[in-house]
Amino acid sequence: MVWLSIIILVPFIAAIIVPFLYKVFNQKIHIGWFVLFIPFLIFIYLLTYIPSISAGKTFTYLVQWIPTYDINFELYMDGLSLVFGLLITGIGSLVIFYSIFYLSKEREALHNFYVYLMMFMGAMLGLVFSDNILVIYVFWELTSISSFLLIAYWYQRQRSRYGAQKSMLITIFGGLSMLAGFIMLSIITDTYSMREIASQMDLIHGHELFFPLMILILIGAFTKSAQFPFSIWLPDAMEAPTPISAYLHSATMVKAGIYLVARFTPVFGGTAEWFWLVSGIGILTLLYGSINAVRQTDLKALLAYSTISQLGLIMSLLGIGSAILYFGYNDESSVYAIASLAAVFHLVNHSTFKGSLFMVVGIIDHETGTRDIRKLGGLLSFMPISFTLAVIGSFAMAGLPPFNGFLSKEMFFTAVVNASQLEIFNMETIGVLFPVIAWIASVFTFVYSMILVFKTFGGKYKPKMLEKPAHEAPLGMLIPPAILASLVVIFFFFPNVLANYLLKPALASLLPEEVTAVDIEMKISAWHGWNTELFMTIGVVVIGSILYILLKKWIGLYSVYPQSFTLNRLYDSGLAKMESGAKTITDQYMTGSLRAYMIYIFSLLIFVWGGALLLPGAFSIDVSNDAPVSFYEVGIMGSMLAAALTVLFAKSRLTAIIAVGALGYLVAIFFVLFRAPDLALTQLVVETVTTALFLLCFYHLPKFKKEKEKKGIPFKPLNLIISLGVGTVVTLFAISANSSRMFEPVSSYFEDSYELAGARNIVNAILVDFRGLDTMLEIFVLTIVGLGVYTLIKLRLARREKDEGAE
Amino acid sequence: MKEPNDVILRSVTKVAVVIIFTFSINLFFSGHHLPGGGFIGGLGFAAALTLLFLSYDIETVRENISLDFKKVAVVGVLIAVGTGLGSFLFDAPFLSHTFDYFDLPIFGKTELATAVLFDVGVAMAVIGTAVTVIMTISEDR
Repeated sequence: MVWLSIIILVPFIAAIIVPFLYKVFNQKIHIGWFVLFIPFLIFIYLLTYIPSISAGKTFTYLVQWIPTYDINFELYMDGLSLVFGLLITGIGSLVIFYSIFYLSKEREALHNFYVYLMMFMGAMLGLVFSDNILVIYVFWELTSISSFLLIAYWYQRQRSRYGAQKSMLITIFGGLSMLAGFIMLSIITDTYSMREIASQMDLIHGHELFFPLMILILIGAFTKSAQFPFSIWLPDAMEAPTPISAYLHSATMVKAGIYLVARFTPVFGGTAEWFWLVSGIGILTLLYGSINAVRQTDLKALLAYSTISQLGLIMSLLGIGSAILYFGYNDESSVYAIASLAAVFHLVNHSTFKGSLFMVVGIIDHETGTRDIRKLGGLLSFMPISFTLAVIGSFAMAGLPPFNGFLSKEMFFTAVVNASQLEIFNMETIGVLFPVIAWIASVFTFVYSMILVFKTFGGKYKPKMLEKPAHEAPLGMLIPPAILASLVVIFFFFPNVLANYLLKPALASLLPEEVTAVDIEMKISAWHGWNTELFMTIGVVVIGSILYILLKKWIGLYSVYPQSFTLNRLYDSGLAKMESGAKTITDQYMTGSLRAYMIYIFSLLIFVWGGALLLPGAFSIDVSNDAPVSFYEVGIMGSMLAAALTVLFAKSRLTAIIAVGALGYLVAIFFVLFRAPDLALTQLVVETVTTALFLLCFYHLPKFKKEKEKKGIPFKPLNLIISLGVGTVVTLFAISANSSRMFEPVSSYFEDSYELAGARNIVNAILVDFRGLDTMLEIFVLTIVGLGVYTLIKLRLARREKDEGAE
Repeated sequence: MKEPNDVILRSVTKVAVVIIFTFSINLFFSGHHLPGGGFIGGLGFAAALTLLFLSYDIETVRENISLDFKKVAVVGVLIAVGTGLGSFLFDAPFLSHTFDYFDLPIFGKTELATAVLFDVGVAMAVIGTAVTVIMTISEDR
């Protein structure tokens, strides 16, 4: 099972190698060809798991990471994660193949593109195969970051940067709230393992933090899966290159929220809150997305809203399906298991038809230079293959036979009709709204699916409005959507093959614990007889067609809604207000005067340390254990005092610097006296280097001191109080620390350093071994500071030179 | 730096720098059992370079040592993280160190510890950062 960890690692390694490949090969070969191997091989490898997973097995693999904190890289593969893994790598391979033809190797920064893409793929695989919730969180944020980088791929465009920032702010906000929820969960259950958490369901349900932590985790899932009202980032994310929109923003990343909800269904499911929140928000999002999709004129924006709406559909199915955890699994409640099955089924279906639709839109954009519906039309005679693919994708999306969307749409109708008959969770009062909303949303879905096909491919050809004459795309760009479109058809005719091998094992993760994949008996079939669902679909087609034909008559209704009340307006004004507010506050204290900053830092030190001493009454003096003060020590003390006073009253900076240096060397002598050679050495070298630095800075300091030299340095009472305060507090602190022994000293552990770390120098063993993590973070900080100094000074220099050049 | 006539300083520097370099390296390696280690060794190294900068001008030193010290710092950090990650390969937690004794041709029985690799990273990060800071500040006029 070590391979499971390797497949997560491989994309990250690839991300490191890609820039080198780019340097060597970009002149000759599109580097996408190299990258293509990685998802494809992982896909093949994951396929080999299907037989054992469908037999109900699961796999785990543990890599110790930080065992002290119970944070381990524990990998877990079950049906649900396998479905996602296959989607990630399968669609990933097709998208990379597509991108080879979409992105020109002469004009685009391909290395950036594939580095981000590989990072994303690794993060996504890590997310679905991890069992530890903190590891899940890390990968979760990594997908947000790589999505940010990919949306801003064409960072020269203002819209790209805007969209990237928006998606980052919203999804990271959600991620952080999810982290808070995870921490609460681990406090309740005392574990970070997803499976152990799920086994303590009763404990969580009874806990007072149950509701807040559920909300927090759901915010994470809803922001990622673009659920209402967090959905506003997804349409703006369409500024990314089309392969990215197809991959991240329709097939994989936005489904991470769905994955999370599915994973947590066994933990939270069966409660009214979970049922209402997940299915309610889901069905609202379904309606919101489908209504808004109709008025879009940009094809990708239309697809974005349609993705929002479809994600809402899957979400609401998961919510309805969670009712089974209330009843337990038996013959009567199996109708809710069908809802969950429909969720997983539609998840796969959506990835296939939406992926192919995005690719077709990418083709249209690539070959005509525009995605604006008003400019497009009559492309049918120029791009017959693209037209066919678009028809398959859109009709599946609209829920028409013989495409897979029909099957899952019917199952969705079954689920909402069943949900309206539920007699728990107050469903009997407003439950009837479920099928009504679902039906209205489906009508709009039908309308925008028709717009997508017939406004672009039907109607009149308008060559003057296009940037280049329309023509069919190269074969390479047609193959990936064609593969997806053929899957759309295959899944319609053989849904049960898919269901038996992939969907049911995935479903087992959503059902009560005692049910295994083998137990579930369900069949997906296209024909159920003349039942409610079929009449609903027929109604959708009839009403939808009428609405589409009369589109011009009612599309004006959209402008009735005032623009100033949209969510986007709220986001923009909120962001602007936050920026101006932060600026006002920051301007209050960031005066640019170093002295003011010193005052802040030292007053804080006095308050915090002094408070820590005074409040709990921690101050104590105990001289009984102290060694007698020797003559040398008194002498050094005296010299130090003299050096310090010299600094204070020095007339020139040079004298002050030298006196400070002397003070440092005297401290080093103290270390020698107290037999701390390591400290003494370090102190000596640090002092030498900092004195040299001071001398260097000396040349650059402003000359204000000279003006005041005539009157002497002005007396400032505040400075006196602060310096006396710091001196007193530090002294008292040192005395108290020396006088009180509250715990057994830990030094005895370090004394074994020779046995434990093979080192006779305890100090060094502590630095590099026992507390190695601290040292590592310290050198991080050190390096960042160094780079910070470099950029600050160099940037200023560059600007000054530019200004001088301008003059 | 300015252009004073400091022949004595330069002559002394030529010899002293070599001694300081050697001493720093010694400090670094002795760190395992005796006072010293990556931090001190690195700082000593940086101090020697600073002496060079002070007695000669920056351009001269730059011509002779054409290292980009920012990269040295970054490589140092990467080495440190790398030794941490390396422990995963042996199924051990992050940053686990180990040591063993080997019979090497010239040195005889020698102890080799992975902690020293980590220390190399520390030293490089310290050298890189210190020299970067000193050089950027002194170049700024």
